[in-house]
Amino acid sequence: MITRIVVFLLAWLPAMATAGSKIIATGGVTNIEGNAGGGIVPWAVINGYASSDEWSATAFASRVNVDDFSLNSGGVAFSFDNRWEFSYARQRFALESIGGSLSQDIFSVKYHLAGELLYTAMPQISIGVQHKRNLDFGLPEAVGAASDKGTDVYLAASKVLFNQVAGRNLLLNGTLRASKANQTGLLGFGSADNNNYQLLFEGSAAVLLNYNLAIGIEYKQKPDKLAFAAEQHWRDIFIAWFINKNVSLTGAYVDLGDIAGQGSQTGYYLALEATW
Amino acid sequence: MVIRGGLIAACLLILLGCSSATQTTLYQRLGAEQGIAAIVDGLLYEIEHDERIVHHFADSDIGRFRAMLSEQLCDLTGGPCQYSGSSMQESHTGFNITLADYDALVEGLIKVMQRQQISIADQNALLALLAPMYKDISYR
Repeated sequence: MITRIVVFLLAWLPAMATAGSKIIATGGVTNIEGNAGGGIVPWAVINGYASSDEWSATAFASRVNVDDFSLNSGGVAFSFDNRWEFSYARQRFALESIGGSLSQDIFSVKYHLAGELLYTAMPQISIGVQHKRNLDFGLPEAVGAASDKGTDVYLAASKVLFNQVAGRNLLLNGTLRASKANQTGLLGFGSADNNNYQLLFEGSAAVLLNYNLAIGIEYKQKPDKLAFAAEQHWRDIFIAWFINKNVSLTGAYVDLGDIAGQGSQTGYYLALEATW
Repeated sequence: MVIRGGLIAACLLILLGCSSATQTTLYQRLGAEQGIAAIVDGLLYEIEHDERIVHHFADSDIGRFRAMLSEQLCDLTGGPCQYSGSSMQESHTGFNITLADYDALVEGLIKVMQRQQISIADQNALLALLAPMYKDISYR
């Protein structure tokens, strides 16, 4: 369904090619949870190119492919005034070698509290809430998850520093997240013996080679609440190509560590985003 | 040992000499007076053709704006000028310049710098000087 919406929106793209006033690339891309950010980390930036008093809509589709699993994500976001971001994403996690799949819905709101990414000494700071709901809870429950619903809250700070690396601009982002999600919620939330929120750090650093091209790295700390298998932190190295203010393409090499007892899951990430 | 130390010192001196010889101001790298004039004229063209912000300049004395902006850019980038205009707060009070207006102007400036094939490093050096003026210019 969501794939069909994204395809529909992409097909209409040439006919609706308008964009807001924000400078290209400053809306970031859309992460797997549907929030403006990098690939796996939500940033303080607001999705799309809506500056003050403008609105913007984005649609994205992404795929992560690692040794024994794949994750397809797709979604839409609406933002207003470079202040509010509302988004919905659907994820489908396929257990390629074990068989079966797990899906979840993610409803998010982000609010830009202070600072301007490019223009103030203070970083841009935003607060976000993600409400996740499992559509398939059989397997997560069987491996010990306590709940099929969870809500994450995060505080993110993002800043572009001009003329830093060989004359290029540098984007730094730090995100603090409170979560009890197992494998970002795909394996449910919490467990019988560990059902507390944990404070986790996520970070990104990117160099803007020019106005359209960024390369960077990301790190995402994760909880480890399920006894059946260890959960590890995620990392990636990405390149994002902002073709124009309407389309961006992102590719990454990802290292997701062990997942559900399957060791050292590495592979690729590809994402397409359309913005109006 | 002493000879080696002397050699290292000599090499360092040569390196320092080289780097100071190639050290230029941003003003020079942007093409000095002519380069700044081209940027300012390019920006005026962009403003004139940008319906988002052109209304802010409806009552402006464009000749004076052009002279003051040139002087300010020359001063900021290390050129032989002293900005003689009023402060950014003063000159923008009453205009209620929004974030979107500021973004539009920066986008215009980037277009001009790209068109004039200014290197990315020099573009970013200029943006680094101008971006922080947001707090003095916006919402006044």
